[in-house]
Amino acid sequence: MIELVYFAWVRERIGAASEPYDGSAATVRDLVNELRAREPRYDLVFSDLTSLRVAIDQELVDFDAPLTNAKEVAFFPPMTGG
Amino acid sequence: MKIQVQSAPFNVGDETNAFTDTHKNVGAVVTFTGIVRDDDCGSLDAMEIEHYPAMTHKAISQHAQTAQDRWNLADVLVIHRYGKLVPGDVIMMVATAARHRADAFQAAEFLMDYLKSRAPFWKKEWIDGTPRWVEAKQLDEDALARWD
Repeated sequence: MIELVYFAWVRERIGAASEPYDGSAATVRDLVNELRAREPRYDLVFSDLTSLRVAIDQELVDFDAPLTNAKEVAFFPPMTGG
Repeated sequence: MKIQVQSAPFNVGDETNAFTDTHKNVGAVVTFTGIVRDDDCGSLDAMEIEHYPAMTHKAISQHAQTAQDRWNLADVLVIHRYGKLVPGDVIMMVATAARHRADAFQAAEFLMDYLKSRAPFWKKEWIDGTPRWVEAKQLDEDALARWD
């Protein structure tokens, strides 16, 4: 079981801050494709991956990263701190 | 190293003095303070800062450590706020202490460039009652890339 967490406009457009994922996707990209096929709101959010960032267990990774042993996968727009 | 992520306001002067007082053997303390800036028309009502609680402290600590490995620093302080702020409010501060000013200046700038585009914060502006997520700027990415 992986916890999916969303921030900023990703959270708003998906309409949830987090949700459990129980599937068998091997990489972040596989997971994204699975979500996109699920419902239009996911398809819309993940339509342009260059406008998104992803972290596995609080570490930034790229979309081809494997989900092996992942506990938490976070999706969010590029950060705007400082 | 002191990293604080908080919603409460803080006093930059008090923090700077406390940070400076801790280090008797440094020749330089550099501080940067980030403030909520109003837009040109004066119509920014508020700025809301969201963050990723499980990641924020850890990510900033890692980069503060990178700065300490790269420059000759005695110490690093980062305080970053989240929640709803208004124009004029202090958002964050960075302070670096070193024997020599070049290390303190460069490390402070490196940390700022990092915080802008790699620390997990997202700003939402409220302008005339309408919310809008602040978009990341290529300029900030370029600023970070120069440290590679």
